Amino acid sequence: MEIYDILFWVLSAVAVSCALGVILSRNPVNSVMFLILTFFAISGHYILMNVQFLAIVNVIVYAGAIMVLFLFVIMLMNLNADVEPQKGQLVQLAGVISGGILFLVILAGIKSAKPEIMDKASTDIGLISNLGKVLFTKYVLPFEISSVLFLSAMIGAIVIGKKEETKDPDAKAERVN
Amino acid sequence: MPVNSTHYLFLSLLLFSIGIMGALMRRNAIIIFMCIELMLNAVNLLLVAFSKLYGDADAQLFVFFIMVVAAAEVAVGLAIIVMMYRRVYSVDINILNRLKH
Repeated sequence: MEIYDILFWVLSAVAVSCALGVILSRNPVNSVMFLILTFFAISGHYILMNVQFLAIVNVIVYAGAIMVLFLFVIMLMNLNADVEPQKGQLVQLAGVISGGILFLVILAGIKSAKPEIMDKASTDIGLISNLGKVLFTKYVLPFEISSVLFLSAMIGAIVIGKKEETKDPDAKAERVN
Repeated sequence: MPVNSTHYLFLSLLLFSIGIMGALMRRNAIIIFMCIELMLNAVNLLLVAFSKLYGDADAQLFVFFIMVVAAAEVAVGLAIIVMMYRRVYSVDINILNRLKH
């Protein structure tokens, strides 16, 4: 058993157990911490496959920015107490069963897939110079469009998150209720 | 048994199914949102694995764009959740069903 295989199994175990922790822990802050650990394990998989740029971007963007945003919102809403009302046992069971059925169906589909050995020789397609070349030649238009998407998302978030000045007394009364 | 492409398929499928289960089980809108992020990451992992397998950089660019869209989505989605919270003081999805009435 090579070091690649050992690392693969360890990282997979960490990713799956932390993903289970995300959906099973009662406290939302713990869920966020488990999700950060899952993202780190997935970044470990990227490094294992020598996809260095995406590994770093995954750590910075997902584990760094997005999860901090989640944590910030949870802290803002004071949800870090275990007060979340749970769904009924039946609904939870139905959720698990339907997720499990999806798992089984796709498993049956990919069971017959021909296993191809991963090439463990290091390739340089995941390095930033190669990805940059592809990004700025073949995918330059989607890149520019994604910048527009970011701008519109930023404006949208600001517009949605702005405190609205309601002079309507009915709305205020409804809010108190 | 050396690691092959099927292992990555199984791992990715497992993470995706856990995400689906979480989205169906939980009532907290933020947790459901986090489960969606988990599903996106499962797909990203599979794309990277096949990019490595076939020596093609395009899939890694797709992952990059998925991350871009996910970041934009999180910004807007959390803004919507915060706005809902300001109105009803809850992120429970059983309360956020105003469109039904």
